[in-house]
Amino acid sequence: MKGVSCLFQEPEVTSDFKNCENKNETGAESPFEHKVTLEFAVEGKNFRAAGEASSRLKHTLQHIGFPAPLVRRVAVAAYEAEMNIIIHANRGTLKAEITPKTVTIWAEDEGPGIPDIELAMQEGYSTAPDYIREMGFGAGMGLPNIKKCSDILEIETVIGAGTRLKMVIFNKTGPEREK
Amino acid sequence: MKKSTYSIFLDEERCTGCTNCIKRCPTEAIRVRDGKAKILADRCIDCGECIRICPNHAPIPQSDSREKTKQFKYTIALPDPALFGQFKTKPSPRQILAAVLALGFDGVYEVAWAADAVSIAIREFIREHRGEGPWLSSSCPAVIRLIQVRFPSLTEQILPILSPVEVAAKLAKEETSWQLDIPQQEIGCFYLTPCPAQVTAIRAPYHLEHSYVDGALAISDLYCELREKIAGAREQGEPVKATALGLTWGRVGGQTRAVQSDNYLAVDGIYNLLQVLEEIELGKFDNNIDFLECQCCQGGCVGGAFTVENPFVARVTLRRMAGQLRPKLEAEKEQKVLEYNRKGYYRAEKEVEPYSIMSLDKDIAKAIYMVEQSEKILKQLPGLDCGSCGCPTCRTLAEDIVCGIATETDCIFKLREQVQSLAEQMLALALKVPPVTLVQRQIMKTQREVLELAKRLPPVLAKRNQKSNQKKGGEEE
Ligand code: SF4
Ligand code: SF4
Repeated sequence: MKGVSCLFQEPEVTSDFKNCENKNETGAESPFEHKVTLEFAVEGKNFRAAGEASSRLKHTLQHIGFPAPLVRRVAVAAYEAEMNIIIHANRGTLKAEITPKTVTIWAEDEGPGIPDIELAMQEGYSTAPDYIREMGFGAGMGLPNIKKCSDILEIETVIGAGTRLKMVIFNKTGPEREK
Repeated sequence: MKKSTYSIFLDEERCTGCTNCIKRCPTEAIRVRDGKAKILADRCIDCGECIRICPNHAPIPQSDSREKTKQFKYTIALPDPALFGQFKTKPSPRQILAAVLALGFDGVYEVAWAADAVSIAIREFIREHRGEGPWLSSSCPAVIRLIQVRFPSLTEQILPILSPVEVAAKLAKEETSWQLDIPQQEIGCFYLTPCPAQVTAIRAPYHLEHSYVDGALAISDLYCELREKIAGAREQGEPVKATALGLTWGRVGGQTRAVQSDNYLAVDGIYNLLQVLEEIELGKFDNNIDFLECQCCQGGCVGGAFTVENPFVARVTLRRMAGQLRPKLEAEKEQKVLEYNRKGYYRAEKEVEPYSIMSLDKDIAKAIYMVEQSEKILKQLPGLDCGSCGCPTCRTLAEDIVCGIATETDCIFKLREQVQSLAEQMLALALKVPPVTLVQRQIMKTQREVLELAKRLPPVLAKRNQKSNQKKGGEEE
């Protein structure tokens, strides 16, 4: 998808990352391949299934044993992204790639796109239609919350076609912290 | 720290391996192996759901025996507020207290009275920490463990306030020791508990290093004797200290009323709680709520596994009984509680820690690998969640397989597929007639029939295979 691209936060910990990618707790090389990808389809306007994809993602992270605060951040970011698709778009997907050091989430949708990203990043700004707000959704906290929870956030959007969100969350508890 | 204490045991003789309980368990802690249900110790939270669902009454909740009271010079009974809703004859609260004393204790200390004080402590805490919520109530141990196991990121939001029974034991010991000049070690406090989760909480407390309570006796065990004693008890003994607010802690909504929070939610029943906590963890509620009253049992503690009366009846009885007490604490008593509260009397000694026992392996990289494998296995399983493999869902079987505690052929459908292919191989072999022999038609006919039988799929799976065959066909084109 081509379009306005916009990078919000610079990655913080990329530099000392490479050295520790293959290490586990004891610092030894872990013999395991460590990448798992999950993909969920999200249906627009289907509020009955709201939060299902992010719940599943959250449970997977718990099974992997990520520290609770990280799980929480991913869960909240994924949930808001999922809700954005449900509220605004026709359909979309939520995809997550999990490695020991990072969780990357892509939320892609076919929808109206975001006309003014700066505005959408402001707390309380919302373009959700009234009936959706009456249901208690679309309070204009989606993008600001996602930004708060993720270390890197990239938004690509094409008016009338769709939006693609990339969120990266680093697992900062680990050997590289002590270095 | 690992917790593997729990208070529910399975009577192997009674268990028929019917798999009813494995589906009901909110933490997926039960498996059926060799035809008998087994509890995974780390995961059991003592919620009592298996006790409620089992048609054969195989899960047995354990409490302490009354023998234990003999170890102490002076014994104090701590009756839970839920006890007051248990009697159809509608005795007065005073009669009930007298009957408890008549069981052979030296003193009675009302947990409801401690609940009055705890309510004030919670109210003050929430007032001081407005906007940081939602704060989760901390008196139901099954809920605490549910949060530790399933929602570890929410442990920080558990109120750091002791539960009423701990406060009651603390106060009872201090007061008695001071009044009667007995050293505190010689005083035994025994909780008349509505549920097995409280028994575990006393053995492995979550807010304290050591519990102030010395033992927990099941209300249901004492029920018959209590009824007799009530019949004989006249209005005697000490007047009731607790207020109506303290007494209603035994039922859902009581805590919220006592805490006087206007921004609250009261949730009872473990499945409702699972849903609400899930939403909180996803950030759905944001900061709209200050206080979440959580009770694992339907109706609150009156629905505990050690209670006798129907919980709905008990709720009404409890409310009526509360009407006989004074509505709230006198101003001077409240001042006293506030003074204690400032000194931190009701504060927890330690924070509730998360247990990440749901994780597959300590090594994150390995765990990721295992998740990947289990996702692959899951795709091969029929997805019926039928429970015949002894696991609650196909997903749990997949996880158990990667953890090495189950095999793929535990799934009866997988087993059947394998038998089928074995049968085919055997038939192919059998059909091979040595060139020197005559072909015996009859034999071949029966053999074909056998093959037909072996190919037949259970109706639930036929559709799936049809679909996948179609798919395969499509690809080939
Ligand atoms: S419900 Fe569970 S404990 Fe009870 S008989 Fe069935 S398998 Fe056994
Ligand atoms: S609600 Fe009450 S009876 Fe039920 S598990 Fe919790 S503390 Fe026990």
